[in-house]
Amino acid sequence: MNSANDNPARNTKVMNRFDLTSRLIAKLKNEEAVIGGIGNTNFDLWAAGHRPQNFYMLGSMGLAFPIALGVALAQPDRRVFALEGDGSLLMQLGSLTTIATLAPKNLTMVVMDNGIYQITGAQPTPAAAVADIVAIAVASGLANSTWAADEDDFERLIEQSISAAGPTLIGVRIDDKPGTGTTRRDPVQIREHFMHGMGVREPL
Amino acid sequence: MSWHDIVLQTLKRNDIRLVPYVPDRVLTTLIKNLHADPFFTTFPAAREEEAVGIVSGAWMGGMRGAVLMQTSGFATLANVLASLAIPYQIPLIMFVSERGTLGEFNYGQSLVCRTMRPVLDSLAMEHHTATRLDEFEFIVDRSIKQAITTQAPVALILSPLLTGGKVFDK
Ligand SMILES: Cc1ncc(C[n+]2csc(CCOP(=O)(O)OP(=O)(O)O)c2C)c(N)n1
Repeated sequence: MNSANDNPARNTKVMNRFDLTSRLIAKLKNEEAVIGGIGNTNFDLWAAGHRPQNFYMLGSMGLAFPIALGVALAQPDRRVFALEGDGSLLMQLGSLTTIATLAPKNLTMVVMDNGIYQITGAQPTPAAAVADIVAIAVASGLANSTWAADEDDFERLIEQSISAAGPTLIGVRIDDKPGTGTTRRDPVQIREHFMHGMGVREPL
Repeated sequence: MSWHDIVLQTLKRNDIRLVPYVPDRVLTTLIKNLHADPFFTTFPAAREEEAVGIVSGAWMGGMRGAVLMQTSGFATLANVLASLAIPYQIPLIMFVSERGTLGEFNYGQSLVCRTMRPVLDSLAMEHHTATRLDEFEFIVDRSIKQAITTQAPVALILSPLLTGGKVFDK
């Protein structure tokens, strides 16, 4: 069997999810939406500092990008970021083709690729040793998909995505660390606050 | 008016613009007419779960949506209903073309169909099976309004009694 270390796609710098999430959040000045996927991606989003424009997914593994697509379609003038784990993305690879077809230019997707299902015990994913997630995204029609070489490159790609003519996907190779915080698991409040953050509703 | 005209008109009247779907033969004309009408943003999704994610995000961003699917597609949704639509109180509106009953010719479809109402009932979800054209507009319009005002999902099951269903020779 192939092992994760054999994968030629994994030749970029190994970074850290919390550090990258914090770098992303520090750049946001225009009430951009940020959707965190199941588990660690939303834990680190929470830990990077709660904002009303953050949405935290507590289940529905694999739906961070589809949810973000919905927000992006509803609000074409707002930039929408989505943070998803590699294992989660494998659940919904088809969604990459849907996003490529609709091609919202206000959507930036980040895939946090540790090659494992960290939160359930760090088992390797079936893709880890054999597949290149960015190549899958490109082949799905998301031409603007790139591995970030290091932290500076990640920041540069995030900035570039803001003026891109189509959706952007950024792959980042990350370490095996768990998420830093723990999101308050209150789905109704998460949804309601997010809708306030999106300007869709006023608080009671 | 045909059942599919009623769906299209009632969606429009309730400002439901985003309609992702995974197709079913019975839904063909409805899907074609949605595509032809610039009021709607309608497109295929790869999975029904994905479509639920998309309309959930759109709802939170202020755009209303509904998902079209077949019975077998509904059978893939228990996880997303229980972990997203219901706990986050999202008014997910689903139209389910019912396969598996009243003349089904595929044994697997008939078995899948039997899982649908137990799943809906186990989550105490609102659902209606539409069988008659004269009641249909009322059911669709009221169900959409109830879903939105009570922030709860609803499944509208389109019986072969309403749509004609799919028969073996088609
Ligand atoms: C449909 C489904 N299957 C399995 C699980 C259990 N589960 C929760 S998180 C997770 C792993 C997520 O992996 P990834 O997205 O790569 O993130 P990481 O944990 O590595 O940060 C799994 C398998 C689930 N919640 N839902």
